Amino acid sequence: MSLLTLIILLPLATAGLILAVPRNFRFGIRMLALASSALTMLLSLLLAARFDQAPEVDGFRFVQEWAWLPSLGIQFKLGVDGLNLGLIVMGAIVAFAAVCAAWEIRSERDKEFYVLLQVMAAGVLGAFASIDLFFFYFFHELALVPTFIMIGVWGSGPDKNYAAFKITLYLTAGALIALVGLILLYVQSGAKTFDWVALAKAVQAKPIPSGEQSTIFGLLLFGFGILVSLWPFHTWAPLGYGAAPTPAAMLHAGVLKKFGLYGLIRVGLPLLPEGAREWMPVLAILCLGNILHCGWVAMRQKDLGQLIGHSSVAHVGFIFLGIASLSIAGVAGAVMVMVAHGLLAALSFSLHGYFRHHVGSTDMTQLGGLLARMPLIGTLLIMAMMAGCGVPGFANFAGEALVLFGAWKTMPWFVVAAAWGALIIGAVYMLRGIRSILHGPVPAGFTSASDASLWRGFPMILLVACLLLLGCWPRLLLDRVRPGVERAVRIAGFQPQPGESRGRPGIGVRLPSLPGTEPRLAAQ
Amino acid sequence: MNFSWSSLYLEFATVGLGLAILVADLWTPVEHKRKLGFAAAGGLLLLLLASFVPAWEPAPGASFGGMITMDPLALFFKRLFLAAGFVVALMTIEFAPQIKAGIAEYHTLQLMALAGMLFAASATDLSMMFVCLELITVSFYVLTSFQRGKTASLEAGVKYLIIGALSSGFLVFGIALVFGTSNSTRFQDIALKAPALIANKLFLAGLILVLGGFLFKIAAVPLHMWAPDVYQGAPAPTTALLSVGSKAAGFVLLVRWTFSVVPDVALKWEKLLLAIAGCTILYGSLCALPQRDLKRLLGYSSIANAGFLLLGVAAMTPAGSTAILFYLGTYAFAVLGIFTVITLLSGQQTSVDFNSLAGLSKRSPYMAACLTLCVVSLAGIPPLVGFTGKFLLIKSALEQGVSFTSYYALVGVALFGVVASFYYYFGLIRAAYWAPHNPSMPALPVSTLAGFGLGACAAAVVVLGIVPKPLLAAAEAAVKALRN
Repeated sequence: MSLLTLIILLPLATAGLILAVPRNFRFGIRMLALASSALTMLLSLLLAARFDQAPEVDGFRFVQEWAWLPSLGIQFKLGVDGLNLGLIVMGAIVAFAAVCAAWEIRSERDKEFYVLLQVMAAGVLGAFASIDLFFFYFFHELALVPTFIMIGVWGSGPDKNYAAFKITLYLTAGALIALVGLILLYVQSGAKTFDWVALAKAVQAKPIPSGEQSTIFGLLLFGFGILVSLWPFHTWAPLGYGAAPTPAAMLHAGVLKKFGLYGLIRVGLPLLPEGAREWMPVLAILCLGNILHCGWVAMRQKDLGQLIGHSSVAHVGFIFLGIASLSIAGVAGAVMVMVAHGLLAALSFSLHGYFRHHVGSTDMTQLGGLLARMPLIGTLLIMAMMAGCGVPGFANFAGEALVLFGAWKTMPWFVVAAAWGALIIGAVYMLRGIRSILHGPVPAGFTSASDASLWRGFPMILLVACLLLLGCWPRLLLDRVRPGVERAVRIAGFQPQPGESRGRPGIGVRLPSLPGTEPRLAAQ
Repeated sequence: MNFSWSSLYLEFATVGLGLAILVADLWTPVEHKRKLGFAAAGGLLLLLLASFVPAWEPAPGASFGGMITMDPLALFFKRLFLAAGFVVALMTIEFAPQIKAGIAEYHTLQLMALAGMLFAASATDLSMMFVCLELITVSFYVLTSFQRGKTASLEAGVKYLIIGALSSGFLVFGIALVFGTSNSTRFQDIALKAPALIANKLFLAGLILVLGGFLFKIAAVPLHMWAPDVYQGAPAPTTALLSVGSKAAGFVLLVRWTFSVVPDVALKWEKLLLAIAGCTILYGSLCALPQRDLKRLLGYSSIANAGFLLLGVAAMTPAGSTAILFYLGTYAFAVLGIFTVITLLSGQQTSVDFNSLAGLSKRSPYMAACLTLCVVSLAGIPPLVGFTGKFLLIKSALEQGVSFTSYYALVGVALFGVVASFYYYFGLIRAAYWAPHNPSMPALPVSTLAGFGLGACAAAVVVLGIVPKPLLAAAEAAVKALRN
């Protein structure tokens, strides 16, 4: 059994194990979940450490395959390349942080909560690790029911029932539209398999006609787009995350939401290049909707949860912009932002959960002056807000800068608008949030608010540390992302942007300079 | 006339079991009559297991001069019927206290309906087919109105009787026209003559009327009207058998008739089948949305599911037929699990609606968990088997979209139906887990027997979801036999 298989099966096995533990052994259940998620995280770090040494099969490492329904060309096939390595490691780290954050959710249904959390973690990790498109979809849907039940049972706010149904119906509709696209790809490719490698070979040998490519890409774009809260299909996200319990919001906003973006990069660009070209102007316009409209809406929010929800949707626009650039730099930047956004969203929702549980309110009009009382949480909030603003030193900056560089040649006006949206609008709502919550006098009702212990703050510190690590040393991720991005672009046959140098035909394109990125990412 | 006991022993054993229960009832004291259900359940389980033992597997071949054929398609459905019959018998044992008198007759009628389904799976003659369908339907007339003290039950029985009689009229008239034009009632003979009769309007009218008879059995538009009322009014075990067995019987006949007897005509009816499938999905899905009564909700969802299954018929490919068989297998376990919960709940209240489910997760976590698994499978979410079923159906329709784009529109309707189904199915989960409820409501004990039946259904949707290969292989083998 490969390391990758273990990473996916461990949360599932833990879910089964927790089911067998009697309900009143609450501490045991929590420790079991914590140990399992810590082990999963360590295994994922081991995976990243061993990535370069593992033998490569068809461009993937740690490949494991079992026939599932051979007559339909469906196999349980896992593998890692640059595109998904960062997402798997990020997913495992966020899952660990989510289990830590779950510590403060105490109810008589702890057992069910941890079972659902583990199933959700297995779903998100499995979705990114699957290189068979059937299981890619399968694992994503696996995480859907836990999300619904967790919002319904452990969620908060008067709208939690509405939010649970809205998020489920939106995600189902999006996922089904994407599923139709994937099945049409299976049909049109003639490969009679859902194996990504075989599909890529088939469409390279005999490309799908451009009309069909356009139809399939359109389905994938809107299907995956709904899952990622592409404007104007984003309304479920702030509402759902605002109502969800902290661990569910962390896992969903942080990791599961990247599924659609990853799907566009993994499936849409390389397998449907002509369709991608045709739809990219539409995507570019819609992603500006995310960046500008959702950023604008975030400025008007009075609740921290809603602010984080809308800003999270706004940041997703950058990832779409990177994809829409169809350049190696843009796509690599998009992958970088996906990882950074996952860590930041998990951190932000973890902080939101802390305020909800320990301060008793997330209404920014009522809070204030909490930095003095909560230096650790306050500092973490400032760092999260700074990362969200795109301050250099955080992973978000590295990714967003790459996206802007990648998109500049083809879409300069979009880049100007996006940069304005990120820097100006983003700075306004983030700084306003810091001022409202952390500065000024402490309102009478919140004088007893206490800071987090080191133990409680540990998962948040971990997330900040990851953001800083990748921000200061982006090569750590980008070096590994490069082969996957290059291969996706090479299979698609997109030409490098004018001004970008070309190494081997179609690959090895020079990425814009970033501190620490140049030597390994430049053309060989 | 050739007759092979080894190929028809399942049917005759089922009839014998029904008669034995009827006779045993004469010597059974009133306080022990409920135990007759154990004989029915045990007998059906034995028959089901026997059908899997190679030495006891029904022998392939034709009987009664070609009126009955034992082939992999028939065997697939017979096993499905026996499994459904076993779970329904367990359900009936739990339901027995609500049937004031005649529990033995109730079991016997179920077994007779089941025998009709078993024969129908093998029927390869129009007259045999009609007799099988009537055996099923007439048994259900009585089973539906078995709770004579309940107005709803009687009303359901009358509605089913009237619409059933109408559809039987359609069917028998259609059979007469087909016989009149082809001069035969044997499927094999009609298949040989059908290409020459493809322009014969009387023959085509006969086929349309026969199709109407099938549409009634499967509760598809435009002969679906009976389903919600009958589902709501009939006793829960009857509804379960109706929902699973009767629908599957309709589909086995529809599939066999359409694809092995009149495939050329079916090809010309592509648009008709597409329209029926689309309307059935839309009607069932939209009407299910506002329902509060669980049995009525399942009645409308059964119409929607008939529409999904018709996707496979409309595809008119082996992949479509395989998807139908697979989906029916998945649907059976999920629906039977939900009806077991309804049966257990109906012991406490007269009608089971969303309010009855409130607090179920506290009153009986086991029942709530099993219900959730079955509901999620029906909605079509992995890793439960319902997802693979819906995936296969949608895939089979999309594969045809390459040649005829109307299939894409049908898939669009199906997607709408799936999203709508999430709303009403997930409403059940909401009711069970976090709807406002009275905390002082007593716990709901689940007997070992009911727990076993419920657990078996929930386990089936999980295990078949993770390991669907055996079910798919059986479906593929059955369809292969149909095409041969």
